[in-house]
Amino acid sequence: MTNEVILRDSPSCCAERSGVAASSSDILRVENLAVQFQTDGAPVQAVRGITYDLAPGEVLAIVGESGSGKTVGTRAFLGLLPDTAAVSGTAKLDEMQLVGLKGEQIRRVRGDRIAMIFQEPSTALDPVRTIGWQIIEALSVHRKLSRKEAREKAVELLDLVGIPDPSNRLHSYPHQLSGGQKQRVMIAMAISCDPEVIVADEPTTALDVTVQAQILDLLHDLRDRLGTAIILITHNMGVVADMADRVAVMYRGQIVETAPARDIFERPQHPYTKHLLASVPHLGQPRPKSMDTPAERVGDAVVMRVNDVRVDFPGRFGAEPVHAVAGVSLEVREHEIVALVGESGSGKTTLGRCAVGLQPVTGGDIEVLGVNIVKASAKELQRFRRRVGFVFQDPAASLNPRMSVADCIAEPMVIHGIGTKAERLAKAQELLRAVELPADYAFRYPHELSGGQRQRVSLARALVTDPEFVVADEPTSALDVSVQARVLEVFVRLQHDMGFACLFVTHDLAVVDMLADRIAVMRQGEIVELGTREQVLRAPQEDYTRELIAAVPVPDSAEQTIRRLARREGRFVGL
Amino acid sequence: MAAALSPGKALAKYLAIRAALIVPTVLILVSVVFFFMRVTGDPITAAMGGRLPLERIEELKDAAGYNDPLLVQYGRFLLDTLQGNFGHTTDNRPISEILLTYGPATFELVFWALIVAFLVGIPLGRIAARRYNKGADVAIRSFAVLFYAAPVFFVALLLKLVFAVQLGWLPIAGRASIRVQSALEKIEPNSHIYIVNAIRSGNAEYIKDVLEHAVLPALALGLLTAGVFIRLVRINLLQTLRADFVTAARARGVKENAVVSKHAFRNALIPVVTVMGMQIAMMLGGAILTETSFEWQGLGYWLSQYLLKRDFVAVQGIVTAIAVIVAVASFLIDLINALIDPRVRY
Amino acid sequence: MSAEILAAQPLEPLPTPKRNRLPGAALLASTHGLQRMMLLIGVAIVALFIVIALFAPLIAPYGFAEITAYQSPPSAEHWLGTTVGGFDVYSRIIWGARTAIEVILLAVLLSIFVGVTLGVVSGFFAGPLDRVLVLLMDALYALPSLLLAIVVSIMVSQGQSGAFSGILSAAVSITVVFIPQYFRVIRNATLSAKAEPYVDAARVAGATSGRIMFGHILPNVSQTIPVLMTLNASEAILTLAGLGFLGFGIEPNSAAEWGYDLNKARADLASGYWWEAVFPGIAIVLIVAGVTLIGESLNDVLNPLLRTRGGVTTADELEVAEVAEVAGVVLPAADQVVEVTHDE
Repeated sequence: MTNEVILRDSPSCCAERSGVAASSSDILRVENLAVQFQTDGAPVQAVRGITYDLAPGEVLAIVGESGSGKTVGTRAFLGLLPDTAAVSGTAKLDEMQLVGLKGEQIRRVRGDRIAMIFQEPSTALDPVRTIGWQIIEALSVHRKLSRKEAREKAVELLDLVGIPDPSNRLHSYPHQLSGGQKQRVMIAMAISCDPEVIVADEPTTALDVTVQAQILDLLHDLRDRLGTAIILITHNMGVVADMADRVAVMYRGQIVETAPARDIFERPQHPYTKHLLASVPHLGQPRPKSMDTPAERVGDAVVMRVNDVRVDFPGRFGAEPVHAVAGVSLEVREHEIVALVGESGSGKTTLGRCAVGLQPVTGGDIEVLGVNIVKASAKELQRFRRRVGFVFQDPAASLNPRMSVADCIAEPMVIHGIGTKAERLAKAQELLRAVELPADYAFRYPHELSGGQRQRVSLARALVTDPEFVVADEPTSALDVSVQARVLEVFVRLQHDMGFACLFVTHDLAVVDMLADRIAVMRQGEIVELGTREQVLRAPQEDYTRELIAAVPVPDSAEQTIRRLARREGRFVGL
Repeated sequence: MAAALSPGKALAKYLAIRAALIVPTVLILVSVVFFFMRVTGDPITAAMGGRLPLERIEELKDAAGYNDPLLVQYGRFLLDTLQGNFGHTTDNRPISEILLTYGPATFELVFWALIVAFLVGIPLGRIAARRYNKGADVAIRSFAVLFYAAPVFFVALLLKLVFAVQLGWLPIAGRASIRVQSALEKIEPNSHIYIVNAIRSGNAEYIKDVLEHAVLPALALGLLTAGVFIRLVRINLLQTLRADFVTAARARGVKENAVVSKHAFRNALIPVVTVMGMQIAMMLGGAILTETSFEWQGLGYWLSQYLLKRDFVAVQGIVTAIAVIVAVASFLIDLINALIDPRVRY
Repeated sequence: MSAEILAAQPLEPLPTPKRNRLPGAALLASTHGLQRMMLLIGVAIVALFIVIALFAPLIAPYGFAEITAYQSPPSAEHWLGTTVGGFDVYSRIIWGARTAIEVILLAVLLSIFVGVTLGVVSGFFAGPLDRVLVLLMDALYALPSLLLAIVVSIMVSQGQSGAFSGILSAAVSITVVFIPQYFRVIRNATLSAKAEPYVDAARVAGATSGRIMFGHILPNVSQTIPVLMTLNASEAILTLAGLGFLGFGIEPNSAAEWGYDLNKARADLASGYWWEAVFPGIAIVLIVAGVTLIGESLNDVLNPLLRTRGGVTTADELEVAEVAEVAGVVLPAADQVVEVTHDE
């Protein structure tokens, strides 16, 4: 961030004002907005009459999980829903009713008075146009500018959002920018016509945590400098704590609670809000009772040892090979959970896959359960695989859609010739109960289950051969917050009961804080810091680890305000 | 990202690799054709079998080298092909001469047909995508299915029946009237592309005659191809219209027409162009039937003539030539794609 | 050659039909409006031709090689007239349906068997075999399908009719044309399926390559086959007719074939004997259109990119609700929302 930073004393200045509901100065007032989708079956009520208002310069966070209608609710008054949607109610921008506006009328509002930022910057930019072209287009749709003026303004905007060397960057195509830069370009386009309201739909969900912190900083600054009101749609309570003046909690198409940000975190009223907050892992806070395990269980025997492992991927068109893992050594001991933490491209997933022989290595040795899996013969590997398990990130993709749940779970038994058909079914059902699913789910198909249920099935499958070592690759990152909490609970309990050692790959430090015994922090293919949970999270030695920890927004408004200030002043605040 | 290479060099390298790939492709095509046609027999037995005494056939085979081991024949064939020598027909015309004389005629037909296909296919595909699942979409798709479903020679017959036989508006066959044709063939240098020769002659009557003869063949082959283009443009445009960047453009207040033509259409064009490259092969297949129907003396027409005469040396020569054209055309398509898609260019 | 293109997008599996439900019911249920109408029309046309093919001996008034009257226009005796060779046009069309269906079935089944097996194996093992096969198949794919069919039929029959039954030789020619298409689609689908977590999951569990290929990958990539099959079936008929039209197909006394009839009718067209050409032509158009309509609808329905977005299923919403309920959250009905608003 090279830009001058203007900080307000605290976010409470807006919180106070916004306490007065529906004041006459509101820029946007949404009343009883409802959206219904026409389907072949019964119509689906996605949004069931929501009411809120937005003051100039205010950040209103709309929080909710899957199916809460948080995205649909805002797209509705911008006319960005498909034809099958029927929208009713009112959304007034100043005195202009937006609901029901068609064609040219709503087009004049979009981008000029209400702008949008999308979740996935890499798909929200047109891949075949330069970013300069796209920004100039955004400008010239609503403003009469000469080519030269538009160009100058575009350079100015790129500079404002912190893109270095803006006049040359105008000629770049989206694929030549990093994810964070792309999101900055999206933001530049959003503010190009000085809109009164920006709708930011999960603007940082697709980004790494350090990049997320920078983008949130940028949004903060822009709000302060330009006075733009922001509707922030998110599921991340940390982001809410970081950004929001006021919060509206949505649940199944309704707003169940609206309150100033501080109140939501300190005195949640509605049972759903309380439940949601209780589910969110909070970096630095003691883990919930339900997940407590005795600390002395870790043994001395080494279950997995990787020694100077390297993995190279060939570059495109003869470019330099990519060093995904560049000489990593690590041990996991009996009953121990070692978390492998890092941002995208750090090589953590690749290393996790190496540990079970899914990814061939370029160099180095891997010994798991006494088997050197780099040198092992096919037969040894086959026997070895009975003793390890792997839990995948995407539960929707990791279960064969053509197989029933029981077949999925019992497949490793079939492969290794364990048990009779009846025994295998019994074992599958036993494991279903262990992951807290009804035994009759055995006869369902994966697509009939929800994400969290599928992930529990996936866990059951990984454990069906009673493995001594399990690799879990981001097992909860595709899940909703409250569902994630439940899966983690099941996971920790099973780990405790069954005693397997585990390499837990994740980007989420708060999750790590709940379950890891030791933590390895990876960056660009190397482990930069390795130590116990306490050491790494509470007394980090490396700058990168500190940067990571500082960048995580915690789900508490007051605490996050302090953390934000400290981070921007370059101080490290311990947890 | 391939940061090590500068953008221009990366593209040059890509194109060089792509161009180099033409060689194995052509080699494989030519070899496949050779082995398929020779593995079970020889052209002389095929053409003369039963009509000449066995000894005479053996003599002819010896003379033509068909009794040599297959690999020796293959080597000789490759060497000859490399030198542009495709052999002789049974009536002793050099096949390379046939290719040079009639190739341009096929090119001319494909050119006219492509114009029809683009003019009809792309706008209709766009309309169908924008009116997804509405009446216009269904009507256009039915039209596309109908033209895809109608064999090109049947469409040719119907067009001839209506416009030439019943109404008498247009000539029934040929590339030009006999008188015009002999005049055009005398123009030097002879491009063998009649419309070029006609324009060069400056004679408006010739131009009119050539154009009149082109209408029905171009429609027959063009509408068939248009049927494919409609489906292609429609489905790819539908997909891009659902892309995030299209919603993002709408959310910026870009006008709907600009959203479609400046964002969605250009992106949809990338897969469309790729597939159109493969359509060239299909069009050449269609050209065989179209030329035969309209007695349009191009490669396809002569191919079918030699097929009837069971002259497989000639058939092999023409098929080989078409295979080479297809390989080169698909390289050109990749070149065009690199120009539209910056992700390939850099 | 358009088969591959339209199905090039990975297809999402249809919701697995519940046991005891008619196959296709799930498919029909996932269509709506005009799309469903197109699908149904296609199915009806194809069904009609199958019935005609099955019962051709009962329906056709004359044999396919039976010489009746010469070039008589449509009449009560000869509904669609007779040809210059003295065949009854109507009977030839009925018998032609049988030939067409036989050739399609043979060609499609043969090419699926060879193309799919090669595709899965090649895509799964990658390596040098894959590279050679890809080069070969791409080369074959690049040839105009009609040309390839001609070359193959020359190979099969050496230009002599009778050596090989006409239908089988036509089917083999068409098979060779389609193998590369299945190969390409299945190989690409295998390549992407290979990277799917469920394949990794099987691999971690220690499954053998055979089990992974035919137990996990094949059932999932086979989703693309129905679309390809319909698109190829239509092309098969056109190729068969094209061969016949070039005089390279099935001889009239071994079976009735529409393309051949069209070819023979061509010369008589100018003299006004239109019925010889028009009716077989219409038959081809109808059956190809029917098959294509099915393929088109399937493609639209199965294309995940054309479905309304939403990785979020109702099951996900219910789970969020269920977890909330366990935590003691009771949601008021829609009409009685209690909104908690804090006031300072």
